Amino acid sequence: MTTKDKYKKVAYYPGCALEGSGHSYNRSTKAVGKALGLDLVEVKNWNCCGAMEVKNVDPKLQTYLSSRVMSVAANEMDMDVVMAPCNGCYHNLKKAEYDLKNDSESVAVVDRLSKKAGHKTYESGQVETIHALDWIKDTIGEEGLAARVKNSLSGLKIANYYGCMYTRPRHIFPEKDKGPGSESTSKPHFMDDLLAAAGAENVDFPLKTACCGGAHTLSDSDISTKLVLNILKTAKLAGADVIATECPTCHSGLEMHQIRAEKTLGEKVDIKILYFTQLLGMALGLKAKKVGVHENISDSIKFLKAKGLG
Amino acid sequence: MPIHEKSLIRPENLETHDNLVIDGVDVSGHWSTFIKTRVVSDYNETLQEEISALPGGEEIHRCWQCGSCTNACTVNEVNPDFNPRYWIYLIRMGMESELLRDKDIIWQCVSCNKCTYACPRDVFPEGVMKATAHWLERKGHTPKSPSTHFDEVFTEQVLKTGKIEESRTMRRFFARTKQKLLQPWMIEMVKQMINGLPVGMLTRMGLATLIAPRTSDWSKASAAMQEYIDEQHEKQEQALSLAELVETAKNDVAA
Ligand code: SF4
Ligand code: SF4
Repeated sequence: MTTKDKYKKVAYYPGCALEGSGHSYNRSTKAVGKALGLDLVEVKNWNCCGAMEVKNVDPKLQTYLSSRVMSVAANEMDMDVVMAPCNGCYHNLKKAEYDLKNDSESVAVVDRLSKKAGHKTYESGQVETIHALDWIKDTIGEEGLAARVKNSLSGLKIANYYGCMYTRPRHIFPEKDKGPGSESTSKPHFMDDLLAAAGAENVDFPLKTACCGGAHTLSDSDISTKLVLNILKTAKLAGADVIATECPTCHSGLEMHQIRAEKTLGEKVDIKILYFTQLLGMALGLKAKKVGVHENISDSIKFLKAKGLG
Repeated sequence: MPIHEKSLIRPENLETHDNLVIDGVDVSGHWSTFIKTRVVSDYNETLQEEISALPGGEEIHRCWQCGSCTNACTVNEVNPDFNPRYWIYLIRMGMESELLRDKDIIWQCVSCNKCTYACPRDVFPEGVMKATAHWLERKGHTPKSPSTHFDEVFTEQVLKTGKIEESRTMRRFFARTKQKLLQPWMIEMVKQMINGLPVGMLTRMGLATLIAPRTSDWSKASAAMQEYIDEQHEKQEQALSLAELVETAKNDVAA
């Protein structure tokens, strides 16, 4: 089976954020999958991967939580690929995979907790975890996408923002930095590639993998606001009208602190923030509502209408 | 020969003379500022071991002091006093009192892992920052940081229900850190959020706060994880000699 076929039907792990603040990412991911004829089967009775918090209480607890999701996909659903659109979930599943392959202590803890919890222990290698970007890029690809575009994104200037957890730390992503065709951890480009195929103009954005302070969005809001403000301003300076995102934490962080910067620092940056799946969905001819634009915090509807989208 | 860097040029270590003649040469003015000699005698020889006993701190001994972590650091860019390389140096030297000067900012690490990406020695500085922040709290040098409160509220909810319902986690966090939930920027955010949302969606969100999403058949997993957390906590207390400390304090009071 080629990668192309293998990813056509995947176990879908939305994670907690996509059922709450990131619901529009959930909606648009499913809508894009449907429009492209890709099959998503939600992981049964899934649990939280541990997000950015549980590891600070104990890293191995996070490994266990993530491993349980993979165990359900492999042992109860007989799936061999898990697709997670959230950078946090994607990162944690990858991290768990790495630790279970390389660290015997993690294996022992996960085995012990799995047995006590009453399910099969996940063994490294049972599933492959991919991001929504890999999923579309490897099944449909740029050419396939370009051929399906009904509403070109031409005229949209986009800064692609990938954040921290999609590329760092690099040792948990052994498939990246493997030369042509693979994703780069220093200058990621999968989202750029897909949006360009849909007609958008990507601006040269130096802060693709900068941090939005998402881990402290509430516990240290001032730092988060400063970091987000820098990202927004730099994107604007680079000539972008839209920041495309691929992570619910980054996305809400940018939206929240865009407002907070205006309210607390008097700094207003007029730039739209949209999930890449929302942009792709509209390029494929879906209405703005179908991809949840109305569920975002900031209002992009008028802007998109003016560009002939949605 | 260790370089005691920043600590040497603090105002309290400097001595300035308006009129100074040394060996018959007048060095007043520009050349009249001297760094006082200083003897450090309060080393904590087990500091590095204590930090490495906490999760994330395990690899601290590998550090070469190249500075790549600080150079790449997100928070350092916003606050130059946030200096992972320097703190690793102080910990490895056992210079606890110097470390304590920065105790209130160490928890501000945003876990972006830029340091981990840049580090040539696989020290995992991000983990060292977490271990150090936890060490400060466990030893009573700092109160629990807002970040630790958030981690705890979050983990409690995962243990209880298997999933996170964001608004509940948020409300609990604000309650525990005694902050007002409805800060002006949040009100504005909620206003913008509700604007344009269909009624069905609002009902769904409302329901989610009432009937929190749960993973079913979760109680055994939850109990196993709680048992594991308690065990780890116990081990770490021993490594930090905290039990001993409490015992000594008790005896002191009794005596
Ligand atoms: S990058 Fe690594 S080796 Fe260099 S100073 Fe930082 S922790 Fe030490
Ligand atoms: S993880 Fe923490 S210490 Fe490392 S670069 Fe980011 S903010 Fe700095």
